[in-house]
Amino acid sequence: MIAFVIRRLGQSIAVMLAVGFIAFSLFSYVGDPISSMVGQDTPIADRAKLRHDLGLDDPFFVQFGRFLLRAAHGEFGISYQYGRPVQRLLAERLPATLELSFTAALLALLIGLPMGVYTGLRPESWLSRLFMTLSLIGVSLPTFLTGILLIWIFAVMLGWLPSFGRGDVVQIGGWTTGFLTLSGLKALILPSITLALFQMTLIMRLVRSEMLEVLRTDYIKFARARGLPNRLIYFGHALKNTLVPVITITGLQLGSIIAFSIITETVFQWPGMGFLIVQAIGFADVPVMACYLVLVAFFFVVINLIVDLLYYAVDPRLRLDRAGAAHGH
Amino acid sequence: MVTESADLPVEAAPPRAVGAFRRALDSDLFYSFRRSPLTVVAALVVLILGGSALLCSWVAPHNPFDLASLNILDSFDPPAWVDGGNWTYPLGTDDQGRDVLSAVLYGMRVSILVGFSAVGLALASGVSLGLLAGFAGGWVDTLIMRICDVLLSFPAILIAILIDGVARSVLPHDRQDEIAFSVVVLAVTVLPAVQFARTVRGSTLVERNKEYVQAARVIGVHPVTIAFRHILPNVIGPVLVIATISLAVAIINEATLSFLGLGLPLTQPSLGTLIRVGQNFLFSGEWWMILFPSLALAGLALAVNLLGDWLRDALNPKLR
Repeated sequence: MIAFVIRRLGQSIAVMLAVGFIAFSLFSYVGDPISSMVGQDTPIADRAKLRHDLGLDDPFFVQFGRFLLRAAHGEFGISYQYGRPVQRLLAERLPATLELSFTAALLALLIGLPMGVYTGLRPESWLSRLFMTLSLIGVSLPTFLTGILLIWIFAVMLGWLPSFGRGDVVQIGGWTTGFLTLSGLKALILPSITLALFQMTLIMRLVRSEMLEVLRTDYIKFARARGLPNRLIYFGHALKNTLVPVITITGLQLGSIIAFSIITETVFQWPGMGFLIVQAIGFADVPVMACYLVLVAFFFVVINLIVDLLYYAVDPRLRLDRAGAAHGH
Repeated sequence: MVTESADLPVEAAPPRAVGAFRRALDSDLFYSFRRSPLTVVAALVVLILGGSALLCSWVAPHNPFDLASLNILDSFDPPAWVDGGNWTYPLGTDDQGRDVLSAVLYGMRVSILVGFSAVGLALASGVSLGLLAGFAGGWVDTLIMRICDVLLSFPAILIAILIDGVARSVLPHDRQDEIAFSVVVLAVTVLPAVQFARTVRGSTLVERNKEYVQAARVIGVHPVTIAFRHILPNVIGPVLVIATISLAVAIINEATLSFLGLGLPLTQPSLGTLIRVGQNFLFSGEWWMILFPSLALAGLALAVNLLGDWLRDALNPKLR
């Protein structure tokens, strides 16, 4: 167990170092920071002095080490586009993205789980067939098309909901929230549905196939033979055993939701990190890109790590498998 | 399983092409194709959309890139069956007076081209890396597979966006439009390549210890020849199935990049670029500018996905 945790931690640190290296290379080799800081008629001696003062003539590894140290303190420099510290920019946008992602994940779970249970219990009913067909369309339809379709129906044709922005937000400490105002909640509806749809179909299909598998096992047959009521068999026995993979996959999908929020935020002009990064790439705003890269990689590494450890702790069968696989390599 | 059914007609059929064609019609694969009406419809959709897109210079009523033929007076014409529309522009015109039908056909050709280039590139690089990892083993295998693991833990679209962003900031800015196509192809290639590499590596590990490989080794065949001539034909089947689904994913990811404004420029619009432009006119009522590219994209992706699902099930011996 401890060996596994240490190896897994080592891997995570290696990934973060690699991502940090990419981010640093972006900084160092894209354009010359000096020429963007000084005027055209600055003498070469002054430039060299500035270069020395900023430590840009240090050996590569010294610079990389300094970059890592500053990154660990959350400092990534000044945005080319906004002229403000990058970490401040991203921190302002973080609440918007997290609120959207959280709502979407909750929606996906609350709707996808019952749909999956239903289609698993009654695979032949017409409603299940409808759900399965819709889920195939949901998987094939690109996220941005879903968003545009929703805007078209609910904002353009019906005029019920806003099509862009976050509505009114309330400031609580350093956190802006749209949960507390009516317009904030209304603005949240369309983007969160758009973002949730893909994950919802994924959860539904997963729960369905797990349910179908569990219902075929001997202990369910035994429970039936004992004459237990169906409700108890389905929800007490079957559902409980499908939940382990569902929880893991949902956990892993959290990262994916943050990634897909880039698209949703652009469609709905939601003032979050994703919208910021798309603009930053358009402007070649390297500091913002580098900071986002490190931040998102950090999210993913932490989520993957937690899920892996949870999995390991929850499912004893896996411990055997993993140990076997580890020796195999 | 896969190689058997592919080899069968060649061995048993009479040397005439007609005989081979007959065998193909009688094969299990074609039987399961005929039995699934949804798959037949999907194949028809792919044929019609793909065919008209590839032949767009002949099929399309206008050339959307011929600036001389554009007339600004014809801009914002609705589709022909709506009041104010006419059959010169069956699906209406955009803000420049460009025929929407022709723009969609040309855009679809770009989308399909990106999809095929990306999947082709991914096949070439992924399969080679997978063969190398599985056949060489040792630290080469560990290195390649670790990198694959890391890449696979991120969603495809995020990788594509980041690669696109890095490429854009590294490459010269004044030539951005010319290299956009290569950048987009590269961005959507990476993840399918990783998937191919993992699949091929897995089956290579199994094949490598079989007798025919050992026999080839004993008689002194060069390792590269063994990998590509002996092992490759036996491991490529499952990869080709994944490739079909990867094609749909690649087309969607390219469209997403272009929609975000990070993909193909207006001078070389794909379906995603057209949808991006059309979105600006969603509120002013020119719905046809966004509807038709979206329908084309959704139809294409859904049909290719359905074909991929069918192929996976049809070639899976467990489901027979």
